[in-house]
Amino acid sequence: MEMPKPNPDVLSKKDRIVSRLQDALQNGAVIHDEAETRAYECDALSAYRCPPLCAVLPSSTEEVSAILRICHEEGVPVVPRGSGTSLAGGALPTADAVILGVARLNSVLETDYPNRFIRVQSGRTNLSVTGAVETDGFFYAPDPSSQLACAIAGNIGMNSGGAHCLKYGVTTNNLLGVTMVMMDGTIIEVGGAHMDAGGLDLLGVICGSEGQLGVVTEATLRILPKPEGARPVLIGYDSNEVAGECVSDIIKAGVLPVAIEFMDRPCIEATEAFAKAGYPMCESLLIIEVEGSPAEIDEQLAMIKEIAQRHNPVELREAQDADEAARIWLGRKSAFGAMGQINDYMCLDGTIPVSELPYVLRRIGEMSKEYGLGVGNVFHAGDGNMHPLILYNANKPGDLELCEAFGADILKLCVEVGGCLTGEHGVGIEKRDLMTVQFSPEDLEAQMRVKDVFDPGWLLNPAKVFPLATSEARRAQTGEAA
Amino acid sequence: MIRPNSEEELAGIVAGAKGPLSIQGGGTRGFADNAAGERLTTSGITGITLYEPGALTLVARAGTQLEEIRERLAKDNQRLPFEPMDHRALLGTEGEPTIGGVVAANISGPRRVMVGAARDYVLGLRFVDGRGTVIRNGGRVMKNVTGYDLVKLLSGSYGTLGILTEVSLKVLPKVAASATIVLKGLSDAQAVAAMAAALGSPFEVSGASHNPGTGETLLRLEGFEESVRYRSERLAELLKPFAPPRIEAKPDAVAKLWAAIRDVTAFAGKEGDVWRLSVKPSDAPALVARAGAKQALYDWGGGLVWLRTDAGSNLRARLGAFAGHATLIRASAETRAHLGVFQPEPAPLARLSAGLRAQFDPRGILNPGMMG
Repeated sequence: MEMPKPNPDVLSKKDRIVSRLQDALQNGAVIHDEAETRAYECDALSAYRCPPLCAVLPSSTEEVSAILRICHEEGVPVVPRGSGTSLAGGALPTADAVILGVARLNSVLETDYPNRFIRVQSGRTNLSVTGAVETDGFFYAPDPSSQLACAIAGNIGMNSGGAHCLKYGVTTNNLLGVTMVMMDGTIIEVGGAHMDAGGLDLLGVICGSEGQLGVVTEATLRILPKPEGARPVLIGYDSNEVAGECVSDIIKAGVLPVAIEFMDRPCIEATEAFAKAGYPMCESLLIIEVEGSPAEIDEQLAMIKEIAQRHNPVELREAQDADEAARIWLGRKSAFGAMGQINDYMCLDGTIPVSELPYVLRRIGEMSKEYGLGVGNVFHAGDGNMHPLILYNANKPGDLELCEAFGADILKLCVEVGGCLTGEHGVGIEKRDLMTVQFSPEDLEAQMRVKDVFDPGWLLNPAKVFPLATSEARRAQTGEAA
Repeated sequence: MIRPNSEEELAGIVAGAKGPLSIQGGGTRGFADNAAGERLTTSGITGITLYEPGALTLVARAGTQLEEIRERLAKDNQRLPFEPMDHRALLGTEGEPTIGGVVAANISGPRRVMVGAARDYVLGLRFVDGRGTVIRNGGRVMKNVTGYDLVKLLSGSYGTLGILTEVSLKVLPKVAASATIVLKGLSDAQAVAAMAAALGSPFEVSGASHNPGTGETLLRLEGFEESVRYRSERLAELLKPFAPPRIEAKPDAVAKLWAAIRDVTAFAGKEGDVWRLSVKPSDAPALVARAGAKQALYDWGGGLVWLRTDAGSNLRARLGAFAGHATLIRASAETRAHLGVFQPEPAPLARLSAGLRAQFDPRGILNPGMMG
């Protein structure tokens, strides 16, 4: 993966930049020792690493503003970082970049139940937002798999989703407002406790902009009352086509489960060997969860079971208690770990129209043979967001490149059938060079013009999202501006 | 009136435009009246191009009439979840609302409080920018974070960044049953507190409105029959401390109640200006008291307040600073020009918005002056 060459001018004035940052921040907030900056050399896309010029850990919005003002004056690229759980390389630095980590910004600022929102600093982890309100019967809906570790800042940057977004939507649908610092240090408030934008929906375009428009330091998030209960059902089929039809029929019938998860045979086998959840050995497995009171759950599950039976399942198991519910989810939740036991893997994130599910799974199977690399599929079937896991051996020369080529082919297939490159992980560096598959030059130009407005010098996370060749002219001017 | 019949024709017209264009869909919202320039309508760019009920997806060209979309969805027992308002009664306009107009103005009805706004159901769109270039963003799948979300930026941009030509929407199944709990005689503050209690319960309230004129506070529940019955009873129990609840479960009666709230029919045909306030729900009663309006209607649990005021009066000046914004929906051309339809933004935001308009419409020909 190509990254831009570091700006020699910035590298040569490292001491001055570090000293200016130290003057602006509390003790210990600037990490510049080469051994220590290694902690920030990569995120969860660990195949790519580069220690940054330095890392800063501000404790307030004002400190973030001071940092950005200094970097702006010095012409230094800034890479914002939440918890570093990005699978797309969203927080990968370059050698001339300052990593701006929001980990110390982790307080709850305001909890308001009558108006159903919580205001938090952006370094707070996703799960701890729910943690702050759950004893009062509320929760924060977006639930990415990394929710124990990932920060709200990163969730906003990538517009993160999760297993339950079929019903509750993704980050953008649950975000009411932000405090954001612009690259020149200006602090802005966008949105708030009210529901819609008064002018252009700036919040809508900030969410999912991968840290390229500003650094979000505080967020107002919608919280929801917890449902009375939830219950999953597990359904096994002997063909992917039939499982896909079952999903489509359930949705058409008007039932809106909170989650419809899908696993294919390679994934079921790996998971069973690893977690022993007691899954049936079959071609495809659905886990469908519904919410409500016990009576409501019974009503919805009766409809789902009736539809599922029409398609002749090889297994249909409804959780009778919390223990059985946990067992049904156990396999799904350990699927990534199970695949990791077999080999190194790359996790993809394309989305397809749900009607294309059987065709895409068949094609992935064929390509798997052509490339000679195994692949397991586990994904959110209700919304077509796939997570093919391609197995490879990181120690075998050429295997990573082969795996990346296979991954690119799968993502191109997703676009070809009417879908997209990434459903919830973001573009980062991982899918950057595939953007031209999905977008015309004019489409990309329109997006880059938005960055021109927010960050005219292209200093914020500049080497992400857009193919390097496409953004080259804009990035080149940063040197001149400095 | 310029009326192109295709995206390509529209792109040519914009590229060759010599002066400002005042853009409208079906013309029912009267927003185009606020912009100077030659009138252009997208009502000729029509047709549902894709509908997959099993994927909950519908794609339609911008000029497609809302009614056509509703009818098509109804055949497969589906609907637009965000329940867009019909402005005709309130504004005294004619014509047929189009889906492009709904998205361009981000029009959402009472269900917004539970399911989100129009913008939350737009999966993708195509538009012609101020240069005459066709641009596509988003797609037709429900989860998509590929590149910047221009879909949100364009939704509610009132044609100032580009002219929509096609939108792709997430739709949802129609519900089998609905019911409304009616509370009578609450003060505005009590009503907002009752609505907050209902919306903070696990009973999935899909509408929360208070009409000080009739003294009725309404809470809507939707879903499968048994579920609606169960939740109605539980919610009624919860709301007893506020006032004796009555459960309205007749389908026609429930539909009529909420159509009236959606379309603000209580204000229709009555003199004066109409404002729309977006606020923190618990702030609403105090703001309404300060407004000194002739009439008020609360929706979205208090997050949305409709006010009917003396013609020409400056509501924003009267309210002073508050968290949220006030949009002038109905007034004379002079009042709209004088007060501005949209609430002025704080300077840094206004700068960003102006910067975006300059990027997407460098000649300033798309509904100029409409949003700032």
